[in-house]
Amino acid sequence: MTTWIILGLIAVVLIAMIAMYNSLIRQKNRVDEAWADIDVQLKRRYDLIPNLVETVKGYAAHEKETLERVISARNAAMATSTGGAQERAEAENALSSTLKSMFALAENYPNLKASENFLELQRELTDTEDKIQAARRFYNGNVRDYNIKVQEFPTNLFARVMNFKQRQFFEIEEPKEREAVQVKF
Amino acid sequence: MSVFFVSVILLGYIFSAAMSNSGILYFAVIFSIISSFVSYWWSDKIVLAMSAAHPVELESNRELYHVVENLCITAGLPLPKIYVIDDTAPNAFATGRNPAHAVVAVTSGLLEKLEKSELEGVIAHELSHIGNRDMLLATMVTVMVGIIVLLADWFRRWTFWGGGRRRDREDGQLQLVIMIAAIILSILAPLFAVLMQLAISRKREFLADADGALLTRYPEGLARALEKISADREPLEVANRATAHLYIASPFKEDGERKIGLWTRLFMTHPPVEERIAALRGLDLK
Repeated sequence: MTTWIILGLIAVVLIAMIAMYNSLIRQKNRVDEAWADIDVQLKRRYDLIPNLVETVKGYAAHEKETLERVISARNAAMATSTGGAQERAEAENALSSTLKSMFALAENYPNLKASENFLELQRELTDTEDKIQAARRFYNGNVRDYNIKVQEFPTNLFARVMNFKQRQFFEIEEPKEREAVQVKF
Repeated sequence: MSVFFVSVILLGYIFSAAMSNSGILYFAVIFSIISSFVSYWWSDKIVLAMSAAHPVELESNRELYHVVENLCITAGLPLPKIYVIDDTAPNAFATGRNPAHAVVAVTSGLLEKLEKSELEGVIAHELSHIGNRDMLLATMVTVMVGIIVLLADWFRRWTFWGGGRRRDREDGQLQLVIMIAAIILSILAPLFAVLMQLAISRKREFLADADGALLTRYPEGLARALEKISADREPLEVANRATAHLYIASPFKEDGERKIGLWTRLFMTHPPVEERIAALRGLDLK
């Protein structure tokens, strides 16, 4: 009788452990997938920037310094693409602020602002930044769920043994401030 | 749509009870279960055909397309097909059997009358319906209501003809009490099943509001959109009783009467807009 009870208890614990492990794995993969989504959008932004800089150069060639700063911030951001969420977020924020100053500068060049090519690129970039924000929210939501699982009792004991670590949130600035500059005519 | 099929079941039940012919009930239950599966499986095509919607591509409406696309990224859903219904009454709905076959449709009136943040609120609500699989739930509820009604019918018949054949008198009295209770219950059960189904529909609306707010992080957008939609006095021409529950807010406009009685409330497919707005404004997303 007691052997059966003990065996039953072991079976229950085993099943619980399998369930915990599977739910952790599932959530971890969701976080990774969400991170890949952010990556796609960030890459799209990196691809847009050289074209944009070329276009601005066509109308405002002597604003070299600002343009170079955009390019170097872009390259720095690309270099962190294997880094952690926090490192990347910092590089992205630096890139965003150089872009902001470039768009502020574009205000002084009516021909540039009227250029169809520039407007199209600007629209694309705004859209990409909206998508980065969307992907970031999805990622952060998944990280929140994953971190809750890793910290929650009794999963936390199991997570510690199996080496499931908490993940970082991806915090970047909302691109709203730049939009405000754009609509000022 | 499931409200419609449940009504068919209920009607079948009443008729078959009145004419003591259970053939009608079987027909009604089988008809609604089959058609609710059909409508679940081809919901996207059927509803779009019923509401005269036309598809939207990136080029034809960039703003709407981007709003849907970005919220899908946030929700982690595949991009649904987007449709516009040419109707000046502002409203929207979502359907489709799963996220891969989902459809989001908005009226041209909605696009005209709402600002971007409000439109985002509405789309987020609709995407939450898709993410929560509310179409599947509605179909399951219809089937379960059908089963409850059939069981009630069998039970009623059994207590009449089969069950109560006992010998001694004392037992007979108890039997009578049980029989009366059973008859009352079997009459009430289908009604309760319908009320429960409507209550589930209303709860799912609240849930989609809350999930939508979590997607946009801006409940005020949806709250304002609901205000505008409910303030608009124009009824939606393409809606009917069968498609009413799909829309973001009830497409029928009742005049005057701000206070909603308990009785009306029990039979509503959507919670009162004022309550939804109050719930949204009271949301704490931190």
